[in-house]
Amino acid sequence: MEKRPFNDASYEQYLNDRRIMGSRCKKCSALALPPRPICVSCHGSDLEWVELKGKGKLAGFTSIVVAPPAMAREGFGRNNPYVVGVVELDEGVKAVSRITGVDARNPDQIRVGMPLQADFASKGEGHARQTSLVFKP
Amino acid sequence: MARKRKLARGVAVVGGGLTKLGLFKDRNCKDFFAEAYTEMVNSVDKGIDPKDIDAVYVGNFTNDFFVKQSHWAPIIADLLGNVPKPVTRTEGACASSALAFREGVLAIASGMYDIVLVGGFEQMSKCSTEEVAEGLAMAASPYEVAAGFTFPGVFGTMATAYFAKYGATREALFNVTIKSHNNAPLNPKAQFPMTVRDFMNARIERSKKKAEPVPAWKDEKAYLADPAANPPVAWPMHLFDCCPISDGAACMLLVAEDMARNFTDVPIHVAGLGQGSGYSLHAKKDLTSYEATRAAGNAAYEMSGLTPNDIQFSEVHDCFSIAELVTMEDLGFVKPGQAHRAVADGMTRLDGPRPINTSGGLKSKGHPVGATGVAQLYEVWTQLRGQAGNRQVPNPNLRIGAAHNLGGTGGTCTFTILERR
Repeated sequence: MEKRPFNDASYEQYLNDRRIMGSRCKKCSALALPPRPICVSCHGSDLEWVELKGKGKLAGFTSIVVAPPAMAREGFGRNNPYVVGVVELDEGVKAVSRITGVDARNPDQIRVGMPLQADFASKGEGHARQTSLVFKP
Repeated sequence: MARKRKLARGVAVVGGGLTKLGLFKDRNCKDFFAEAYTEMVNSVDKGIDPKDIDAVYVGNFTNDFFVKQSHWAPIIADLLGNVPKPVTRTEGACASSALAFREGVLAIASGMYDIVLVGGFEQMSKCSTEEVAEGLAMAASPYEVAAGFTFPGVFGTMATAYFAKYGATREALFNVTIKSHNNAPLNPKAQFPMTVRDFMNARIERSKKKAEPVPAWKDEKAYLADPAANPPVAWPMHLFDCCPISDGAACMLLVAEDMARNFTDVPIHVAGLGQGSGYSLHAKKDLTSYEATRAAGNAAYEMSGLTPNDIQFSEVHDCFSIAELVTMEDLGFVKPGQAHRAVADGMTRLDGPRPINTSGGLKSKGHPVGATGVAQLYEVWTQLRGQAGNRQVPNPNLRIGAAHNLGGTGGTCTFTILERR
């Protein structure tokens, strides 16, 4: 696995295997998720893969009522809002992700700071299979 | 290493033009730019011979998508009769034309040119709302889009983080919207020249006419809190937190400072020029701040030798209401966490100590994306020349104003300080 390039494609392949993989700079130990080819802390490019546990807390969120075309095709929109947010992982990096298992119709009840756990949502089959990272309480 | 950055040669604004903003399906960007350009030419007190313009920089975000036409620079050159002079298009999402302004300033400061036209334009009315949303999302980060974020959703996420950190509520957003809309009826160029109370009263009248139950809102805040009047878009962003879809164009004439008096006795000088870049949402250290704005502000303050307290009034990029609060803090107008209180206390009203968005802001003036950066600077220029009519900042010693322009979800920000000397 160490041979994979530190890029979005590798990140997505790992997600298909239900693994959350980021990059860590060997020089300054800065962690990046998704993985980066260049460390933005020290500009180094000697990197290693690191697996994240998938536990964190909600840093900010929104409940989307006016959905973009891709989400509208999945049935989301005015009568079926959905929640996305930023999750701060225990390891210190953040992820943008769908947040499931919360009430999108009552966003004033959703609390910033609530603990969340990673989950994986897959679409399609075979080579077309795409897995996204989602978080739930 | 860091060094003090300044212009090698001073630059002044000697003319400006802005179209009426709104939805104009039966016209196109050439019509808009020609309208703004004609006003600009007529605004130069001692006249400008268009043949003397050395170069043109124009900002446009994504007419490539909105009207399926790319390569706008030669279209503008052709329109104005500038062929074969150099015309360059700049793109920085909603900050596209602030970048054109900046490039124009740098081109004169370098000694390359003496007289430069800068401007911007956008036509969004030819698309459906969904198509516009899709076009705008092209300027978000790919990670945000893949996760299902929309533009309002990114700003909504910042708002929930801001609320949690500082104990603010949606009322803070209402105050921003009400304040900006109060200025709009005073701006003849505004797309929505109505206060929030005007919207509320119009809605009540409509209900009366249709013999429907007449809503009983006790004030504007009650109106904005009612989802029937102000429906959610991306919590906590509601309709009245979001700028409209707009068409329009703006332009300004820049000249070397040493020749400014040939054009006008009231040149407005470029005192500070700042631009910064920013991370997408997941990589930001702080969800309640734009690093790009901070960098742009610091650069402009350093170049001008001015501090946040010297900025007497400003145009601030309020694409979504929360952005105005965060930007006030990032630019140092107030301390982090204090913007919502400052707005509630009236600091940023037209008659307050530090007016913000005297034009009505993007929310009520309109936001033709690629035109906005120069449209904001046009407002600052107009105010500094004392020509803002009923919305003139009531300060007889108005000398220093600034404009903040934010591109995308904060990836490109500029801060430009103008000064009347």
